[in-house]
Amino acid sequence: MKAPKRKIKPEKRTKPKLAVIKFTSCDGCQLSLLDAEDALLDVADAVEIAYFVEARDRRLPGPYDVTLVEGSISMPEHIEQIQEIREQSKFLIAIGACATAGGIQALRNWRNVDDFVRMVYAHPEYIDTLEKSTPISEYVQVDFELRGCPINKYQLLDVVTSLLIGKQPRTPTYSVCMECKRRGTPCVMVSKGVPCLGPVTQAGCNAICPSVNRGCFGCYGPMEAPNTESLGQHLLDIGAAPDEVVRLFRNFSGYAEDFRLASDAFEEMMA
Amino acid sequence: MTTLRIDVPYMARVEGEGALNIIVEDGEIKHLELNIFEPPRFFEAFLRGRHFMEAPDITARICGICPVAYQMSSSHAIEKILDVQISPEIRALRRLLYCAEWIESHALHIYLLHAPDFLGYESAISMAADPALRPAVEMGLRMKKIGNDLLALIGGREIHPLSPTVGGFYRAPTRKELLALKPELEWGLEASIKTVAWTATLDFPDFEPDYELVSLRHPDEYPMNEGRVVSNLGLDIPMEAFEEHFIDDHVPHSNAVHVYHRDHGSYLTGPLARLNLNLDKLTPLAKQALEETGHQFPSRNPFKSIVARAVEVVLAYEEALRIIDAYVRPEPSRIEAEPKAGWGCHITEAPRGMLYHRYELDDQGLILSCRIDAPTAQNLKRMEDDLWAFVPQVLALPHDEATLRCEQLVRNYDPCISCATHFLKLNVVEK
Repeated sequence: MKAPKRKIKPEKRTKPKLAVIKFTSCDGCQLSLLDAEDALLDVADAVEIAYFVEARDRRLPGPYDVTLVEGSISMPEHIEQIQEIREQSKFLIAIGACATAGGIQALRNWRNVDDFVRMVYAHPEYIDTLEKSTPISEYVQVDFELRGCPINKYQLLDVVTSLLIGKQPRTPTYSVCMECKRRGTPCVMVSKGVPCLGPVTQAGCNAICPSVNRGCFGCYGPMEAPNTESLGQHLLDIGAAPDEVVRLFRNFSGYAEDFRLASDAFEEMMA
Repeated sequence: MTTLRIDVPYMARVEGEGALNIIVEDGEIKHLELNIFEPPRFFEAFLRGRHFMEAPDITARICGICPVAYQMSSSHAIEKILDVQISPEIRALRRLLYCAEWIESHALHIYLLHAPDFLGYESAISMAADPALRPAVEMGLRMKKIGNDLLALIGGREIHPLSPTVGGFYRAPTRKELLALKPELEWGLEASIKTVAWTATLDFPDFEPDYELVSLRHPDEYPMNEGRVVSNLGLDIPMEAFEEHFIDDHVPHSNAVHVYHRDHGSYLTGPLARLNLNLDKLTPLAKQALEETGHQFPSRNPFKSIVARAVEVVLAYEEALRIIDAYVRPEPSRIEAEPKAGWGCHITEAPRGMLYHRYELDDQGLILSCRIDAPTAQNLKRMEDDLWAFVPQVLALPHDEATLRCEQLVRNYDPCISCATHFLKLNVVEK
């Protein structure tokens, strides 16, 4: 993924201000910051944690040098809020599958949301929700996207550190297969016939699933230029049912364009 | 007329998005709402049509703080439908995994979210800036990290683990891998005992509402994955009877469901309830640590939930060490499950309390319907009832302090609003 050539230069004598914002999500990605136990207090020393409601009462007004945005846009009020946050942020990073692809809750995007609400809620009139759950980039320009469900805390620290020293953050855009090769994990698809999204999924998790004998299920979303058609056909060839292939693509990052088109195509094939 | 207005538009140090609105006029509460504006995500709707093997992975995403709880309750419920019998070795490994989650979740709450209330700080970040308190924050972070390291070893990663599944684990750790964590776990056990002693020195407001306390209870052990549902008012039912006794309610000021007991209204689930109802099942060091606090238990003071949480961290470290010492690697690590139509439910004890899952599957193994009651959804009504009883006690305090005390009362529950909000449902009507 290409990120714009913007840099954050810490202003003289003041620490850069960091904000952590939540939209529709499970809190897991912002928790990754608190889960970076060894580095948390160093981060707190190096930057001004100006806005992080899950962790602190004190809230400093913007502008912020770096803003981490977790969650998808799914409620009417979110649209104005994300625009305001964009204005207040020099460098806006969308973190996690919800913020970069709409998240698991984007499964509703394939359905009529009104039916959905009526089907589930006793009092649909209490619920006001957007028709679709979408990534942050649907509404505002995003400077960097950190993938994952959840994100990798080491990648998060790396991105924040890069910005602090004025370096363009980078994360790998190759597939999970590369990570399996590097770990020396035998291919689960070749050796065991287990359906695996590794060949089309962006690296970043360190290929954990194949290392525990299961196929990748796409937490990090599509890699750059994935060949989903070829992989999907191969999954059918090794015995996966068409609906299984659809479900595999239509998951935590299922609304990301490449996975969305793939699941739609295989669904059409079934019909 | 004197009016007190407590208005916290976005509450800090809780998981998810909630607001507190209270209006008191001439000493009388006119309006009291715990407003949950966390957006709904419709889990129970989009789980329909998904395969049972996906349930632990998808429901884990309900909560980034307690994903293991969702994986445990969903796996057990589905195993009941499919007649899967797990081995004693898998059972032990699941308990070990749960210990890891209790440790990381409780340590997070005690040190990073709750302690600032008692010590007069706005956050643990500010506590850490005070040289006198930095060692305590560092100790809490290390205790939490040990839980996370154990969780990552068994589950594959700390948040949304991927090894636990229906029938067991995709991979079970080796004995050697687990033994490598023992020195840190032993350190954590010592630190957790100190933590109990420290929580006991905190200042607790005098407040003991008349609760119904509800938790699991197991004949042989402190409850985590199994047991019957019991309460201090004599309730004693199998998990399968949960829905007969506990009703979902959808209130207008909240995007989250309120669960209440058919016979007694609001009730309390979570560490304080579990501890009160299972004092005789504590592990030796946890029991000793609690006794040495000098605090009388059972206790219905919700502010003392921080003590209960700390005692459970001792228990979790002790249990983890015991399980590792006796560990035999499950072979196979996972019992294969074949699709079958049916209905099943299960409750496990999440860090925040009972987590109920119920599924109906078709003969292809696809989910036809499900119901999920998160601990915080069960506690929400109790939190409001607590506030009704507590607000009169804080009326004489300066406004800021009164507000803070009310927030603290809510934080006693370690509410996970992201969890509570995805279960808005009532009278589920099939199209």
